[in-house]
Amino acid sequence: MSFDSWSEFFAMGGHGFYVWLSYVLSLAVVLGNVLATGNSRRRYLREQRDLQLRNDKRA
Amino acid sequence: MADSAQPRSVVGLFGTQLRREIQTTARSMEEAVNPLIFLFLAITLFALSVGGGVEDLRARASGIIWVLVLLANMLSLESLFRRDYDDGTLEQMLLLAQPVFVPILAKIVAQWCLSGLAMTLLAPLAALILYLPTNELPVLLLSLLLGTPALSLFGAVGAALTVGLRRGGVLLGLLILPLYVPVLIFGVGAVSEHMAGVSINAQIYWLLAITMLALTVAPFAVQAALRISVEQ
Amino acid sequence: MASLKEFWHRLGSPRWFYQISGLWLKLFGVLALLLLVTGSVWGLAFAPPDYQQGNSFRIMYVHVPTAIVSQSAYLVMGVAGIVLLVWRMKLADMVLATIVPFGMSMTVLALVTGAIWGKPTWGAWWVWDARTTSMLVLLFLYFGIYALRQSIPARESAGRACAVLAVVGMINIPIIKYSVDWWLTLHQPATFTLTQAPSMPAVMWLPLAINVLGIYCLFGANLLSRLRLEILRREAGTQWVRDLVARGAP
Repeated sequence: MSFDSWSEFFAMGGHGFYVWLSYVLSLAVVLGNVLATGNSRRRYLREQRDLQLRNDKRA
Repeated sequence: MADSAQPRSVVGLFGTQLRREIQTTARSMEEAVNPLIFLFLAITLFALSVGGGVEDLRARASGIIWVLVLLANMLSLESLFRRDYDDGTLEQMLLLAQPVFVPILAKIVAQWCLSGLAMTLLAPLAALILYLPTNELPVLLLSLLLGTPALSLFGAVGAALTVGLRRGGVLLGLLILPLYVPVLIFGVGAVSEHMAGVSINAQIYWLLAITMLALTVAPFAVQAALRISVEQ
Repeated sequence: MASLKEFWHRLGSPRWFYQISGLWLKLFGVLALLLLVTGSVWGLAFAPPDYQQGNSFRIMYVHVPTAIVSQSAYLVMGVAGIVLLVWRMKLADMVLATIVPFGMSMTVLALVTGAIWGKPTWGAWWVWDARTTSMLVLLFLYFGIYALRQSIPARESAGRACAVLAVVGMINIPIIKYSVDWWLTLHQPATFTLTQAPSMPAVMWLPLAINVLGIYCLFGANLLSRLRLEILRREAGTQWVRDLVARGAP
């Protein structure tokens, strides 16, 4: 560990705001990409399944 | 609208297309002159924005001229393929001309004469009113002469991609301005380095190299892009 | 050699690609998670502080990987463009269509983290230095592809138009980078150069390498995931897709 305590870890020698902002933003963008893709897929599959069920019922 | 006598040779094909371009331009000279007027109008705005100060303008002269040449060239690219697209000649050209890149190149050369070449010829005037030192003028002219063909060639790719779109003008700029960055840098860099008394061989070679690259890549890209635009 | 040809031929079938990509997606996803967590935690907590920059240098562990992957993503787009224009491979068209969101978001992230890094390090949120400017031009190149696709309604034409633009852009990127680098380092002293990396002790550059690998895995996973959805969309009428949808599509 390069830090002696948790409070030192968060403070990052005075640069805490910058370091944590960068990491949080990066996490947000990565998660955003992953979740957006997952959601699109789930939504699309649900739509298609409903559509198919409706069409099969009609047939 | 095709010529009854189709020239067989590549040179003949080039010449015919070039002649057609000149005839079209002669009919609407005002349109061809507009980008040049824009160039000097924009220079005026720059001069006004710094209160006409000699030192301010002298320091920025080559940069201002080069950037505005880029923008003015962009304006003149909009009409490169538009008229032929609208009246169907473009489609005919794509179908009939063999090889297709020859009339395309003729159009680009014609456009360059009206923009890049014309602006190079007018550059001494621009340099004068922006207080560019006179012994930098030859370098500026050389850089423009070598760099503007690349602008017309890469610009033609953008024009070909956007010719079928309703408001293609701004999109055209968005697509090609990033590609213009190296030409701008080496063009301004040549004048700047010369002013500092450093050799400008590298910048000249780069400008030549970029134009050569553009000459190799652009005709094919333009051809592909025109076919895509026409079939929409 | 025969298997390479076979592989190429098989790539022409979206269905085959869908079937084999499921496993690769899981693999890349798990690897991405492991590598990125390891690299980030190591970089944040265990790497020693830089003697010049203190702790702000830890931003490097997110800034550099995003910058690298944003450029690679554009190159992949350029290559996909060539494949589409020359061989008309459907998969290449889909790659072109799905890379832009990830690539653009990585470019923006690289720019933003770069700015955040810049503030404590050299006092300004933004400097026109070689790397930041190249990254900005790259963002414009991405945006051009996005804008072009949006303005052409016919999907196939849009795909091929973007392919042409991506190829021309890709060819120009080395020239743009070189010119920006030459011009801006002429006018300003070089800011933090990554050539410090070899002289960095392993305990400092290893987490960087891990994060770079991790973000490539993330890129792969995200790309495969988006591709699979795009395949389902485009092949919606076919029997195999209908069966898949009915079963709840793993």
